[in-house]
Amino acid sequence: MDYFLELFLGGLTRGSIYALIALGYTMVYGIIELINFAHGEIYMIGAFTGLIVAGLLTMYGFPGVSILAIAVVCAVIWAAAYGYTIEKVAYKPLRGAQRLSPLISAIGMSIFLQNYVMLAQTSDFLPFPELIPHFGFMESMGSIMSSSELVIVLATISVCVALTLFIKFTKLGKAMRATAQNRKMAMLVGINVDMVISATFVIGSSLAAVGGVLIASHIGQINYYIGFIAGIKAFTAAVLGGIGSIPGAMLGALVLGLTEAFATGYVSSDYEDVFAFMLLVLILIFRPSGIMGKEKAQKV
Amino acid sequence: MTRLLELKGVNSFYGNIQALYDVNLHIDQGEIITLIGANGAGKSTTLMTVCGVVQATSGRVVYNGDDITRESPNRIVAQGICQVPEGRLIFPELTVQENLDMGAFMRSDKGAIKRDIEYCYDLFPILAERRRQEGGTLSGGEQQMLAIARAIMAKPRLLLLDEPSMGLAPLVVRQIFEIVKKVNEEHNTTIFLVEQNANLALKIGHRGYVMENGRVVLTDSCEKLLADESVKRAYLGL
Repeated sequence: MDYFLELFLGGLTRGSIYALIALGYTMVYGIIELINFAHGEIYMIGAFTGLIVAGLLTMYGFPGVSILAIAVVCAVIWAAAYGYTIEKVAYKPLRGAQRLSPLISAIGMSIFLQNYVMLAQTSDFLPFPELIPHFGFMESMGSIMSSSELVIVLATISVCVALTLFIKFTKLGKAMRATAQNRKMAMLVGINVDMVISATFVIGSSLAAVGGVLIASHIGQINYYIGFIAGIKAFTAAVLGGIGSIPGAMLGALVLGLTEAFATGYVSSDYEDVFAFMLLVLILIFRPSGIMGKEKAQKV
Repeated sequence: MTRLLELKGVNSFYGNIQALYDVNLHIDQGEIITLIGANGAGKSTTLMTVCGVVQATSGRVVYNGDDITRESPNRIVAQGICQVPEGRLIFPELTVQENLDMGAFMRSDKGAIKRDIEYCYDLFPILAERRRQEGGTLSGGEQQMLAIARAIMAKPRLLLLDEPSMGLAPLVVRQIFEIVKKVNEEHNTTIFLVEQNANLALKIGHRGYVMENGRVVLTDSCEKLLADESVKRAYLGL
């Protein structure tokens, strides 16, 4: 039973990180029907920003928890700036073009950012300090869940709740939903659609950055390539849940995280990806629009 | 009478195809203007050009004395122009109430917004019954009512209506046209009505324009257009 619980909680942690990244994919897709392939790189840049800031603060002798808080805030701001700029530079000029063009631009942006970070930093793995503190009350649970896992899960839950409330009740949240449902009409009621698109990129990037810092601290090392595999997994989670749907991305991430954890625990860690992608194939066969996605009539 | 809107020599493209050629027309404060024409004559493009969703490649759109040709749609809406587009474009996953809230997106006078929502529910009682329902679940007629109510929520000075009768039962169409007239009379809202149903449109309008292949070919008072032989033949099926 303990083993099952350990796997379950491990899966929950994985799922949390996937969710933080998947939300960015699904929100951007919901608004402009683009798979932002550079989104994984935003997560990676968030982690690197966290590393740099944490290094500086440690040097100046800041206390432990404040380092985590400041590193997360800095990573969020910096990643949001990247997300905003990427949209303006790589996607906005292509808004009227065929659908394939921004997609290619996204792939190009992804490759560019990976190589830029590799050249600016290093291609080696860098150790990432343990920013998340060990809580005394978690000692007794040590065998099934660590403090950092607890923090990751709780942080993700609060972020998801906050995002859901934001989308449901705020003016900008409503504008985002309206723009996703019908961009032309959104313009006609006076919504500044360019602003809404920018806001979507900023919010998605911020969430990814939170995930980047937390998971880097949990695993303990990063390099320029971590965004790729995390991005692919989070994208899978978004498709699994129904791309374009926010609750779908959360659920898809959870399902994917748990599947991987149980596959690793009961079969073999070699089969982790096999099960993850097998799940994706099955969903795409039996429910092509994803778990929570709506069947949409093809626009003509 | 004050001149509210004027199009001067407007040329517009829809994608790569030129949709409007040297269009000149004007609307005075408080008027109901109708623009009639066949499918693809450029009627919708004219409205989209006014709203800034399609930008005129040359010519000028003047609203209330200001040149708005190059303004972005949200700035144009902020100045009091609101469109009920062809196909209604309800937000399908927002509730009726939320759709109405979106109509008032540019307003911040909360108390007045509440009163206006009640006013819309008085105009269209069926919407009040369905206020918690998602817009996409409404019937065509109800969606058209919602689209008009949403536009009323913006408190426009100039209301643009694109084929409000499309695909609706005659009874519903009559009801909608009566409300359009009522809005014009009670709020002094200027109305620019685009219609294929020329007979109905010319009956509630004050002046009319006839459009063919992207050009305005005829303009006169609606009574005279209704009596015009060529209009009768081409648009009234007489």
